[in-house]
Amino acid sequence: MANKHFALKFLREETLPTAFCPGCGNGIVMNCFLKAVEELGFHDLSGFAFVSGIGCAAWCVSPYFKADSLHTTHGRPIAFASGLKLARPELNVVVISGDGDIAGIGGNHLIHAARRNMDLLVICINNFNYGMTGGQVGPTTLHGVITTTTPYGNPEYPFDLARLVESAGANFVARWTTVHVRQLINSIKKALKKEGFRFIEVVSQCPTSFGRRIGKRTGRDLMKWFKERSIHISKARDVQEVEDVIIVGEFVDRDRPGFVRKIHEIIFKVREENV
Amino acid sequence: MSERKNKEVLSGVHFWQGDTACAEGAIAAGCRFFAGYPITPASEIAEHMAKRLPEVGGIYVQMEDEIASISAVIGASWGGLKSMTATSGPGFSLMQENIGYACMTETPCVIVDVQRAGPSTGQATKAAQGDIMQARWGTHGDHEVIVLSPNSPQEMFDLTVKAFNLSEIYRVPVIILSDEIVGHMWEKVRVPSPEEIEVYNRRKPSHIGEPIFGGVGEVGVPPMPRIGDGFNLLITGSTHNEYGYRKTVDPEVHRRLVTRIVNKIRENADKIIDVETQNIEDADIGVISYGCTSRSVYDAVILAEKEGITVGHVRLRTIWPFPEKVVKEVAERVDFILVPEMNLGQLVYEVERVVGCEARVKAISKIGGGEMITPEEILSEMRKLLGR
Ligand SMILES: Cc1ncc(C[n+]2csc(CCOP(=O)(O)OP(=O)(O)O)c2C)c(N)n1
Ligand code: SF4
Ligand SMILES: [Mg+2]
Repeated sequence: MANKHFALKFLREETLPTAFCPGCGNGIVMNCFLKAVEELGFHDLSGFAFVSGIGCAAWCVSPYFKADSLHTTHGRPIAFASGLKLARPELNVVVISGDGDIAGIGGNHLIHAARRNMDLLVICINNFNYGMTGGQVGPTTLHGVITTTTPYGNPEYPFDLARLVESAGANFVARWTTVHVRQLINSIKKALKKEGFRFIEVVSQCPTSFGRRIGKRTGRDLMKWFKERSIHISKARDVQEVEDVIIVGEFVDRDRPGFVRKIHEIIFKVREENV
Repeated sequence: MSERKNKEVLSGVHFWQGDTACAEGAIAAGCRFFAGYPITPASEIAEHMAKRLPEVGGIYVQMEDEIASISAVIGASWGGLKSMTATSGPGFSLMQENIGYACMTETPCVIVDVQRAGPSTGQATKAAQGDIMQARWGTHGDHEVIVLSPNSPQEMFDLTVKAFNLSEIYRVPVIILSDEIVGHMWEKVRVPSPEEIEVYNRRKPSHIGEPIFGGVGEVGVPPMPRIGDGFNLLITGSTHNEYGYRKTVDPEVHRRLVTRIVNKIRENADKIIDVETQNIEDADIGVISYGCTSRSVYDAVILAEKEGITVGHVRLRTIWPFPEKVVKEVAERVDFILVPEMNLGQLVYEVERVVGCEARVKAISKIGGGEMITPEEILSEMRKLLGR
């Protein structure tokens, strides 16, 4: 069938349509990831292993991707993925999960995996809230915003995830929104070819649990808002406040040796000395 | 035999501390992945693994905390490696959620808890036996794990091998519940030749498409493939059908899965349970013991013998599933059963449940400073009960 959607070969068709709400950004992220894989020349996902935590974003890979997926506990996918990658270094291990999962409860694993330069690609779908549990405040929720657990406005300030992970030591960090489809695909392609820790934050729309509380009731409203607020990193050198803008682009692209390479160098050396 | 093989099993007689013997038992059983976080009195296991695993081509990684450690262990197990972590009370508490994940996903892995005095930071360097119930019920929901209790460096080796084997056979997390005394005790350890060590590996599916989370009757253990071998695995801690698909509202799927992961242990308890007994046929009084405390019981048995008291001693190498049958057997023959523990009473309640009215069960409790219950204390309790 010539006119079948390209992504279907990477998906478990029997699980479709997805359980995501109309207008949710998760489908765009799935699409961009699979497009990147397609453009890199893969015909299936057999060289990949996907790991996710708990939340709506964590469902992108489990059960929809026709691949091995490890749907773990809330906040821990990076730690599970680290063990898996060390056991099966030949696999391309990819974590796709939400902002609450990766930067809230799992924030410690995020910064330590970046510091360790663990050979993982982590895609964090940042919808500014805990979507699955009904829209509570999270580590990326903007200051002042009303959520179900900040009925008087959020007294806290959000993480700048891209900069956090960059300073923790990742080899590659990018941030795009679901509006920046082509740029996101290109960054995923670039990241998939690199070793070490690679982090892509995708600012995404959650109309159901978040958008409607800030007066943006549809996915489209939110995407329009992302577009208006986005500013490319090359034009944002002096911008410090993440409150008013979304700085997009590639924050860092370096080639420090990954943890897997380092640990195998040690094993090789120890075994040479011992035989 | 190649030199590399010799490095894997250090056959011969050694003078080791319990923690070292545990690490060597793991390597001999085929463990090739260790993730951990430092904590007294278990750090020596990590330190030994850090040195030894690279020699045998294995991976050691120190994680950012114990939650990450158990997570990495489970991830590595699905990557096909026999995997282990070691900790003590505070770290064991942190691991509980993911121990449940390992139960639900039927992931083989070994967790060593070298017990110290809690709760909280308690007396961090001092021995205790306070994690008996946490090892059984630490994670939420209905589940079964296997818990082994070594009482010497030799058993730290032997039972670690056994822990890996049980974990592979039943696809279940196995906990080695040691304690500071056994972990830090130095004794002679005999490591058998590789041929003498029985090693079991998880059963692999015969073909792609074979169910790996069920389809094996009500007490069966399904086969387990690795991630990355073309199975398109769906692994989840949510309730799932035999093919791994999440079924989070269907009552029947939940009942079937959770009942099987419980019954695969309960119904095989006789094969799993391992106890050591002394004089249980003609006992005047019974003692149920485990871990470091059993060492005092050995002496108490000898002291009592001199006074004409025959002590029926059951020393539990397996704590969970609880060895009900042998405890009942002893209870039928004696009027009194003593349960010495370095806690304020934990296993004693399980003994009471099993014994019922058959005999009077009495705890000997001691906590603080890592002080052991002495043989004399046990003997004097026996004298009191028997009116001598
Ligand atoms: C240990 C634990 N705490 C809390 C929860 C409840 N919980 C489920 S999903 C979720 C939030 C997920 O938020 P996020 O990662 O941002 O994903 P989203 O749903 O927004 O895509 C929470 C708190 C849980 N499952 N486990
Ligand atoms: S609640 Fe939000 S994140 Fe979850 S599926 Fe709906 S729109 Fe998407
Ligand atoms: Mg979210």
